[in-house]
Amino acid sequence: MPITRRSFVKNGVAAFTVSLAVPRFLSDLARAQGASSRNLVVLDLSGGNDGLSLLVPYTDNFYYSRRPTLGIPAGSVLQIGSDTSGKALGLHPKLTGLKDIFNQGRLALIQRVGYENSSRSHFAGTDIWSTANPSSSQGTGWVGRYLSTLASPVDPLVAWNTTGDTPHALQSPSVSVASIPSVSGYAFSSPNGGAEAQLERSTAATIASHVPVDKAHIAFVGTTVQAALATLDRVASVGSYKPSVTYPNNGFGQALQAIAGAMAKGIATRVFWVQTGGFDTHASQDTTSDNGAYVKLMSTLNDGLTAFYSDLKNSGLINETLLLSFSEFGRRISENGSKGTDHGAASVLLAMGGAVRGGIFGTAASLNPDPSNPTLENSGGDVHYETDFRSVYARVIDNWLGGDSVGVLGGNFKNGPAFV
Amino acid sequence: MDVAHLLRRAGFGASSDDLATFGSLSSAQAVDRLVNYDSIPDDVESKIGQPGYVGTTSSGPFSPDTVINDARQRWLFRMVHSNRPLQEKMALFWHNYFATGYSKIAGVAKSDGGTTLMNNQIAFLRTNALGNLRDLLLGIAKDPAMLIWLDGDSNTKAKPQENFGRELMELFSRGVGHYTEDDVYAAARVFTGWNLDRSFNFVYNANQHETSAKTFSFPIYPNGSQTIPARAASAGMQDGIDFINALSMHQETATRLVTKLYGFLVSETIPPDPAFIASLATTYLNYGSAIQPVIEQILLSPQFTNPAVAFTRYSWPAEFVVRAIKETGWTGFSVGSALTPMINMTQQLYEPPNVAGWVLGQSWFSTGAMLARMNFASALASNQKFRLATAAAGARSSPQALVSFMTSRLTADFDSTSDLMSYASSAAWTGSDAQVQAKASGLAHLILGSPEYQFV
Repeated sequence: MPITRRSFVKNGVAAFTVSLAVPRFLSDLARAQGASSRNLVVLDLSGGNDGLSLLVPYTDNFYYSRRPTLGIPAGSVLQIGSDTSGKALGLHPKLTGLKDIFNQGRLALIQRVGYENSSRSHFAGTDIWSTANPSSSQGTGWVGRYLSTLASPVDPLVAWNTTGDTPHALQSPSVSVASIPSVSGYAFSSPNGGAEAQLERSTAATIASHVPVDKAHIAFVGTTVQAALATLDRVASVGSYKPSVTYPNNGFGQALQAIAGAMAKGIATRVFWVQTGGFDTHASQDTTSDNGAYVKLMSTLNDGLTAFYSDLKNSGLINETLLLSFSEFGRRISENGSKGTDHGAASVLLAMGGAVRGGIFGTAASLNPDPSNPTLENSGGDVHYETDFRSVYARVIDNWLGGDSVGVLGGNFKNGPAFV
Repeated sequence: MDVAHLLRRAGFGASSDDLATFGSLSSAQAVDRLVNYDSIPDDVESKIGQPGYVGTTSSGPFSPDTVINDARQRWLFRMVHSNRPLQEKMALFWHNYFATGYSKIAGVAKSDGGTTLMNNQIAFLRTNALGNLRDLLLGIAKDPAMLIWLDGDSNTKAKPQENFGRELMELFSRGVGHYTEDDVYAAARVFTGWNLDRSFNFVYNANQHETSAKTFSFPIYPNGSQTIPARAASAGMQDGIDFINALSMHQETATRLVTKLYGFLVSETIPPDPAFIASLATTYLNYGSAIQPVIEQILLSPQFTNPAVAFTRYSWPAEFVVRAIKETGWTGFSVGSALTPMINMTQQLYEPPNVAGWVLGQSWFSTGAMLARMNFASALASNQKFRLATAAAGARSSPQALVSFMTSRLTADFDSTSDLMSYASSAAWTGSDAQVQAKASGLAHLILGSPEYQFV
């Protein structure tokens, strides 16, 4: 006779049913633990960000000769000094707010981050940045593995993903991550009212809590339902957040506002995930015109992050916040015939927050297309990595989150840039 | 054969009419009706706006040829009511396989032009739903929406554009790990000159074709040659045809595609038997990359009819929404009500997240996306409250009868209905209209929103 979940319950083996229902006081518990009030916000610039247009090596003549239409004139970049190799660098002209944060010493720019044999595939590349394993695109994500090292029971709101589906980096062996693209839509509705609706909600929770041991797929969805029902009320509280600044009225800005609200309401979330896309600029990349594709990308990035930084600074939460960006790869150095750039290798990462040690980390590549140029790869076509991306993750895990990077990353990468 | 299982997989679930149509057929007849649909009229769009069918909602006149949300509703209408359910189902499969996003197309061709180009692409996929991959690849290589989506329009001999060539190998045929970066450069050169004219029609620009030989890391010709020869620009379109002919008949392509079809039609939780995959790949290659014999083999196989594979595939949001409508009822409901919920369920038709399509399986079930499913269930149950109560008139004698009626109408993998029984019998049973309306709609909400219902 096949074993069903109900026969377990009937026979009193309640241990086989799993409940994720979390007592309300858990969030207070988490806050009382003090040190763990630090937040991490991971920003995915999806599509493959062109690092050379974000942080411009405006004194490298090869930058202009290899990018006849995409090179940003030296006179318009926002100069921020030189790296340790003496190479002068400037931010994209739209990043005025980020330059202010840089000047305050709270923005780190980490150059040439990547890994050996960089994948030029969006999907394999994203998977590698997510698993933190260049030799495998399978398996759980680095953030998810960090979450699974937290003491149980782990609050189902410990991580808040602002996109619809769970990013690979947040996939965890044991922790279910809440995906909350919209605070107002994160609610339980009912075809009936009053007590009948309440009964539907409690019945939905009961159905989801009976986890059939022989049907792991149904159990998985049941766990998701339970996590959703256990977090609805706390998430709803974020809807009343009144930010101190006006966020841009786009998806990225609104997601950042929700994150700031979740922090301000103290709902115990420690890790946030936010994404802004459109970086796959194969054609008409246009780095300088008012309506240029890359100009709009930089405006969105700058305006969102600047509002977020200001809001958190006003509330005092910026000192507990670290934002780290990544993208699945950088782009090719030479522009293509479509006035765009194809898939490349290493690129620049941003780290921003009240405890960030700001500045320029790492050294810029020489863009000389000589195939023997050691700072490039792919016959001088792409930027070769200098800083292993896992050493950036390790820094975040060890020095910010207070975790164990060796366990999470499966190796010792503790030699990374000291941006935090 | 379990007709409900067959129609959940090879269609979008069964309405009571569908069950009547298929219930009297043998397994072979049922599969034959699904697979050989050419003799069944494709007249479903003429039913839009007629009484007895699901509704649509537009701010102006219903304009599916030029307004993207109307196009989305027309496709959902087809999924609900088509008499060729497998064709519609495979059109959705190919929409994910050749995932093209409306927004980028509309950015180039404006919203009306973008809608038209996307409609044309989906119509092409529908026409070739059970055709062969070679024709699909060749058509998609010339498809205007795809030429905009992967920048083929700007692929010229001076500056070959890599985007389409890379994804053709990575996502449309051989798969990642089965090509080199040099193959990407060569593939880009193969398609130089495959561009668009000013009206967004495909055009082969011979003067933009790069004519030198292109060498790959895998065979292109039956004699094992890995090099597409240099040829005159006027004949250069043959490069791409040779390349696609080769890719479509590679073992790597066959294995990759039939494995995807196994996951789509048989199971995502029970791994395929390697011998079954090998047999399907052989069928695919023996029939010159044809899809129909592969699907027919799958649907008649013991792997497919094995009761253990029922409800072992995570439903896509489009499948969830359409099946919920077909099983619950649709009179007075509009597929327009599904558009925003489907965004929150993370599947907006015509707008896959990227060229790799949607991430399937467990990835559909984040907390936010699951709440969107539960809330769609609530909206549909609320809309159908009175009709459900009327339909359940013969089952109002007891809570047991009502639960039995609802669980036979809404098919889900429940081991037990005791939770539903507790809900239905929470108050003294009177069988009044008000009680049946509340409990029937409440049960529909709970069943459609249950973990068990999220599988097909």
